[in-house]
Amino acid sequence: MSNTSALLAGDRVTRRFGSFVAVDGVSLAVEPGEVVGLLGANGAGKTTLLRLLLGLLAASAGTVWLLGGPPDRQRRTRLGYVPQGLGLYGDLTVRENLRFSARAYGATVPDLPDALADSADLLVRELPHGLARQLSFVAAMAHRPEALVLDEPTSGVDVVAAAAVWETVRTQADGGAGVLVTTHTMAEAAQCDRLLLMSRGRVVAQGSEADIVGDTRAYAVRTDDWAAAFAVLDAAGEPVMLAGRDVRVADSDPRALHRVLADAGLRAEVVAVPATIEERMKVLTLAEPDRPTA
Amino acid sequence: MTFGVRCAAVTFAGVPALSGVSMAVEPGTVVAVVGGDGAGKTTLLRSLVGQVRLDSGVVTAPQPSDIGYLPATEGSWGALTVRQNMDFAGGVFGLDGTDLHRRRDLLLARAGLAEVPNRPASQLSGGMRRKLAFSMAVLHQPRLLVLDEPSTGVDPVSRVDLWRMVSEAAAAGTAVALATTYLDEAERASRLLVLDRGHVLAAGSLAEVLGSVPGTVTRTAAPHRTAWAWRRGQDHHEFWPGGHALPGGAVPVPPDLQDAVTVLSLLARAGSAGAA
Repeated sequence: MSNTSALLAGDRVTRRFGSFVAVDGVSLAVEPGEVVGLLGANGAGKTTLLRLLLGLLAASAGTVWLLGGPPDRQRRTRLGYVPQGLGLYGDLTVRENLRFSARAYGATVPDLPDALADSADLLVRELPHGLARQLSFVAAMAHRPEALVLDEPTSGVDVVAAAAVWETVRTQADGGAGVLVTTHTMAEAAQCDRLLLMSRGRVVAQGSEADIVGDTRAYAVRTDDWAAAFAVLDAAGEPVMLAGRDVRVADSDPRALHRVLADAGLRAEVVAVPATIEERMKVLTLAEPDRPTA
Repeated sequence: MTFGVRCAAVTFAGVPALSGVSMAVEPGTVVAVVGGDGAGKTTLLRSLVGQVRLDSGVVTAPQPSDIGYLPATEGSWGALTVRQNMDFAGGVFGLDGTDLHRRRDLLLARAGLAEVPNRPASQLSGGMRRKLAFSMAVLHQPRLLVLDEPSTGVDPVSRVDLWRMVSEAAAAGTAVALATTYLDEAERASRLLVLDRGHVLAAGSLAEVLGSVPGTVTRTAAPHRTAWAWRRGQDHHEFWPGGHALPGGAVPVPPDLQDAVTVLSLLARAGSAGAA
């Protein structure tokens, strides 16, 4: 795998903290031009994996490649990183932040996009969140990075600003950059070419959304009295949720659902529907023994 | 009775935060207030719980002891343990003794926190801490429950748990208003209120919001008018106003909530519905 074309790659990467295995034999590769989404619950090992790929943490076992070699300081300057906290300096202005990051990466100071032009001399701590996020992107792209690592890139921004972010990301990918996106939101997952789902330190599913969900089913319970249906299914210990006026149950036995509803004297229709990625993750979490969060 | 606000307007330092916003929250239903940062979600919810005074408009809410409010930040005390946080919240609402303990233990069990009653809140994961704050907000069985971004930044599994807890409250007859930036989550609510820059873009059931798109959304590899197109993975979606002839090769797609909110935002920002 050392002759890989991948921009970010890991081969059976493991990281232990004492007896705790935060990342457990994970292999992945992000190729030029692709946008890969990394999903997982809290404590699944996403952050540790990112730190391993960036060379900020040493692997206990396995190998990591960044841009064709070990992830060292020199290679990290060819990478763009937008952390969830945005990595900006609140006490510097918009323009000063850009100058600072361009200098740090040895890049030319980029022009401000139209949306930020009026805010050039504002302190970043006074900037609305959506604009700060756009600024963080401009700062991370100024040195024309070959690989991008984005942590929940559209969290909290409105749909129009989010569309602008994805346009930027896609333009970078079309130009040959490889992009790794960690995300909690299904809208972001839908923007990716390929998904990796982590649970308890391992990659447990990968591919399209349909590949991730696999054969996990959910059931929609349709009834005139949803509140009563919800109450009896909840009391029966079913993993029940509301979806509009439907009651939704992930990964259950439909016969058991019918029985619970009939015992309560409720007439209801139980319809099998594809599970969501979130429901798949919930099922995975229920299926495995608990472990502390990293 | 139905809670809510009518024709709410409020201005902060000369900048309108809400302009003519109305919202109705019926008992036993969940209303999702949707929008990005600066949309006015927090201002609207705070006006409902009496923390923001409107310049004009009418608020209909129960007395404070019948309101549960989860603010966008924190909502629990980091130095107190899980149980101490619940007991403190119970004390504020005059609960004590067996009633408090029974209700507290039930909620902690539902939140998956029953195993960690003595852990300081500061040592909980983000998702667990949000579930604790939710449990504190519903401890006194309020008639109106107001949740400001209960799930932002919360991992997907905890989000499923939170949504189940919200559903339980609604199923028990509580009127629930919650703000969210996650559109997939908003789709689960009984009614939606889509805000952008202090204005209502759309309101109603999911079907009604989707039906309010005044034209056609198409899928295309190369958009014809970039100002009216947005990324969906490797493709773009593009909006064509009603009556506009579609170009050859344009594939109409049924708009989802993300498409609908994008179209309505673009139209609002273009200034008039005919500007496309």
